[in-house]
Amino acid sequence: MQNTKLLNYNYGNFFKYLLIILASLVCIYPLFWLITVSLKTQAQYLASKFSLPWPLYFQNFISAVDNEKFFLWFMNSGILTVGSVALCTIISLLAAYAIVFMSFRGKQIIMNSIISLMAVPIVVMIVPLYILFVRIHLMSTYPGVILIYSAVCIPFSIYLLTSFFKSLPGELLEAAIIDGCSNLKVLSKVIIPLSGPPVLTLIIVNALWVWNDLLIALVFLPRTDMRTLMVGLTVFKSKFNLDVPLTMAGLLIVSLPMIIIYIIFQRYFIRGLISGALKG
Amino acid sequence: MILRTKKFTPYIYLFPAILILGLIYGYSLVRVFDFSTRRIRGITGVFIGLDNYKFVISDPVFRKAVLNNINLFVLIPILVFLAIIISYLLFEQLRGWKVYRGVIFMPYILPIPVVGVIFGYMFTLHGVVNSFLKLVKLDFLAIDWLGSPKFALWTLMIIILWKELGFGIILFLARLMSLEKEIFESAEIDGAGWWGKLFYVTIPQMRTIIEFFAIITVINMLSWVFAYSYTVTLGGPGDATMVMELFIFNKLGRSQLPMPGIASAASVFLFSGTAVLIFFLFRIRKEIGQEET
Repeated sequence: MQNTKLLNYNYGNFFKYLLIILASLVCIYPLFWLITVSLKTQAQYLASKFSLPWPLYFQNFISAVDNEKFFLWFMNSGILTVGSVALCTIISLLAAYAIVFMSFRGKQIIMNSIISLMAVPIVVMIVPLYILFVRIHLMSTYPGVILIYSAVCIPFSIYLLTSFFKSLPGELLEAAIIDGCSNLKVLSKVIIPLSGPPVLTLIIVNALWVWNDLLIALVFLPRTDMRTLMVGLTVFKSKFNLDVPLTMAGLLIVSLPMIIIYIIFQRYFIRGLISGALKG
Repeated sequence: MILRTKKFTPYIYLFPAILILGLIYGYSLVRVFDFSTRRIRGITGVFIGLDNYKFVISDPVFRKAVLNNINLFVLIPILVFLAIIISYLLFEQLRGWKVYRGVIFMPYILPIPVVGVIFGYMFTLHGVVNSFLKLVKLDFLAIDWLGSPKFALWTLMIIILWKELGFGIILFLARLMSLEKEIFESAEIDGAGWWGKLFYVTIPQMRTIIEFFAIITVINMLSWVFAYSYTVTLGGPGDATMVMELFIFNKLGRSQLPMPGIASAASVFLFSGTAVLIFFLFRIRKEIGQEET
């Protein structure tokens, strides 16, 4: 009796480990494959698709970066990400502060409208914005695209910040007001210093989104020297279609910033994605 | 705690947000309806009533796109099932579960274009997938994954599944961890086995978050698969992997005659479809809020 139970237990555990390890392997293999291929020569790759690379060949990384456009595209992605995230964070902090700590008419309607924007498909806005941007000469400009990216990130950011602000103890504000702080001072000296974790979450989730976006960059940044990395790599792929290892090296470099940020800030990432589950 | 302010002060704080949302969302959502009734040449055009809608409905490419988007819904039960099983396994905190969690969540972090290109190479006729299948003597499975109109959409689904599963797992795991431990303990005392606990205790407790995830995924399958289709197959072969977003994108005139009016009518269709889903999402969101408090 005792023995069969123990046996069952071990069998069960064996299958659990088998399943979870299998799932992990399936998840990690394409990334592993990407790394191995990027370290091969074209000949090594053609000889075997899934052998380990030996001797290691680093030239692909050098060739990928050596592309004169690569640095430019990297800069573009960086500027757009930093600009959009900064603008979105400031605007969302101000709005969430007003929504949670001030009373005004139409609060519920404003809040509900902002939240429902989270589920509007981005592609629906492409046509009108395209025509508008052509008319007011915002195509292939940083400000134009930063405007779109920030707008797309704001609803989620306001949603996350308002739910955090609601959890803050009211006494803190009272003390600050008695000290004679102005509204803006309360925000900058009391609220923001307390909001480190949720703001960090926001910054990471939004940065990930902007950095990884393809659609908006593809439509609104048609000029070659204004491309982002994500658009660039689709071009890069068709240009070096036959040199798979070189393309793979490029892909790895493009994904690296976000992989590093993910590894460092995993906790914030996960928290943000759970609370902001709505965002596409 | 509510601050005492002058009457217009809150609006000053809200102004930047309302301005930017009004310009990007408000303007375009109003304009897209307007444009959908016009034959646009340049920046505007003459009113033509519902002609654009008629064109879109009778366009076989658009019909195929809608069908493909709906076919992607096949993924939803698969995603939900796998996410439940794997999150439950992680919840049991097997040795090293945090490492597994980190690994399983990794695909969700990678940019879709990167994923699309990697899998594009893996699934070529002589790519790593087919090489592997031949190695293990499963030659009959070594199909032309992306080159054949019969299989291309299924292959795209495999890629989407790989990328999106992590999100469901994290969501479900968070819900599981918020449950009272006693529920599981008392079920165990009552003699429930692993599957018994899963079906009679865990899944009922996770009902709302499962619904929530399912609806989000429906919205995504309708309106957030552009990058997959664009980077893996460009909608091809033929229009085997054409989706609504790509249809709208193409009608802007990158590769064909620009037809913004048609694109707007297609956008309105897509928007109406998601609007219905947003309604359900709101309801479930409320339920989740109640569960948490």
